Amino acid sequence: MNEPITPRLSVRGLSTSFMTDRGRVTSVSDVSFDIPSGGTLALVGESGSGKSVTSLGLMGLHAKGSQAIVGGEAWFVKRNGERVNLLALAEADKRRLRGNELAMIFQEPMTSLNPVLTVGEQIAESVRLHLGMDRRDALQHAKKMLDLVEIPAAERRLHEYPHQLSGGMRQRVMIALAMACNPTLLIADEPTTALDVTIQAQILALIQRLQKETGMSVLFITHNLGVVAQYADRVAVMYAGRIVETAAVGPLFAAPQHPYTRGLLACLPGMAVRGSVAKSRPRLTAISGQVCSPFEPPPGCAFAPRCALHIAACDTAMPPLAALADGRQARCIRVNEKIEMTA
Amino acid sequence: MDQLAYVLKRLFSRRIVLVAAAVLVAVTALAVFFPMFSGVDPNAISVMERLKAPSSEHWAGTDELGRDLSMRIVYGSRYSIMIGIATAFFSVIAGTALGLLAGFFKKLDAPIMRVIDAMMSFPDILLGISLVSILGASLWNVVLALAIVYTPRVARVVRASTLVIRELLFVDAARALGVSTPRILYAHILPNLMSPVLVQLTFIFAYAILAEAGLSFLGVGVPPEIPTWGTMIASSLQYADRAFWTIVFPGIAIILTALSLQIVGDGVRDLLDPKLRKSA
Repeated sequence: MNEPITPRLSVRGLSTSFMTDRGRVTSVSDVSFDIPSGGTLALVGESGSGKSVTSLGLMGLHAKGSQAIVGGEAWFVKRNGERVNLLALAEADKRRLRGNELAMIFQEPMTSLNPVLTVGEQIAESVRLHLGMDRRDALQHAKKMLDLVEIPAAERRLHEYPHQLSGGMRQRVMIALAMACNPTLLIADEPTTALDVTIQAQILALIQRLQKETGMSVLFITHNLGVVAQYADRVAVMYAGRIVETAAVGPLFAAPQHPYTRGLLACLPGMAVRGSVAKSRPRLTAISGQVCSPFEPPPGCAFAPRCALHIAACDTAMPPLAALADGRQARCIRVNEKIEMTA
Repeated sequence: MDQLAYVLKRLFSRRIVLVAAAVLVAVTALAVFFPMFSGVDPNAISVMERLKAPSSEHWAGTDELGRDLSMRIVYGSRYSIMIGIATAFFSVIAGTALGLLAGFFKKLDAPIMRVIDAMMSFPDILLGISLVSILGASLWNVVLALAIVYTPRVARVVRASTLVIRELLFVDAARALGVSTPRILYAHILPNLMSPVLVQLTFIFAYAILAEAGLSFLGVGVPPEIPTWGTMIASSLQYADRAFWTIVFPGIAIILTALSLQIVGDGVRDLLDPKLRKSA
């Protein structure tokens, strides 16, 4: 397949702020990334780093009560080639895209299905909404979708309620729901976090298979670096609402540039074993300190208070996302000196 | 059908619920079918048989105009039950709509709920009396007044449940699939409200029968020529010292029906309580 020049989704300068009791808080700022057609971008970061806020902003799903202000642009190429800015779209147009071209899988398969509707009805609803099928055809299509996500006895499952399914099954149903209208972009918000490890692998393999078959793009949101290594093409690491490093998967794991990314990788148990002498049982390394409060962001780099490479210049201003070789980017003023420091 | 059998088995696992349900079925069946086949006129006056004590001829005795009380109780059940059902029906519809809007839309919450609170601050029967006085005493006005009285109860329960349900992930998931807000309310939230609403329905049914009797007793309810249980007690009050049965038997009918409804309502609530639910 030829890669089109324009990426499927091109996000530029996305920022989001919310109203809280203590005033307006910026939870995501200056997030930019591209997802090519058929490609997978993993958005990685710890809890509260703004991964989910980014994805909800793209879908336009922020709760009304939070008075979210979303800035920036997100250019999305529709199936028919039309280019639209997701963040400036009217609600009705956005609704037509959601579930149709943009689909989302949530973290909690236990609560993301409506408990009083059968699985078939839920899949059929989206199909009827976007593809204009009648009830019978929609149910038929729903059965096909259940087959597609490898649910055995799809005919019977169609008429079952979510509580009759296991967690893994439900996540499969969620994927079937998301895939029902053959989306061009799938946002998977920690789709495997609530599942046990063997099921995780199955679900990831399923998403990967569907992506190959349909050529959709995937925005994969996770805090699981193992998952990233296996399934993503590119990675964007987020810290405190900003992207601190982007790179293709291989180079990122081989030579992380930002101190936070390095810290994250060092936290992986496997990495720790490899790096230490085999005799003594290695301690898990951890990044010292805590994530800065969004209410009192440090004057300079958000990671500076925890950074081992911290110098005075770090506290003066937020470093820009500097472009490096091979299309990599890192948000650190010392990024060019680091080669000698890692050696 | 297996599911129905399972539900019934759960519902009737407590013997008293079964008894109460049987009473309700019997009362309803009598109310519906007996007048169709008996051909008896419940308003037939027989001056010679005034205030006769219960006997084999008149099972529940006769009233001050010699009318057979057992017949009148059976006929009265039609009106009492109809008023109960209609009141429950209308208050559930109005209360669900208001509660759903108040619970889902933050902007509508305060305006709707303050009105609801204001209505709830009146004692039920007092509000009923004033509404009937304003509307005028007729069967449907009593239903309307009682529906207005009980709407706030439903609205509060529905609002509380809506507040919980609207935050659940499947609502976001539905939105992510491009479902519109009206459809989310109607197709996703409303079905999840069914259990609390169903429980309220049975309770309001019982309250409405009691309240109708109370309003009629106080003379602001259904016009006396319509034989409801309440009007029967009201018109018999002055003979109560000589003919206790004129009050006791309609009273028993009210108590039996209302109590059975309450017990069945409790049973339904236990059945639908997710904390008590075992996996199917």
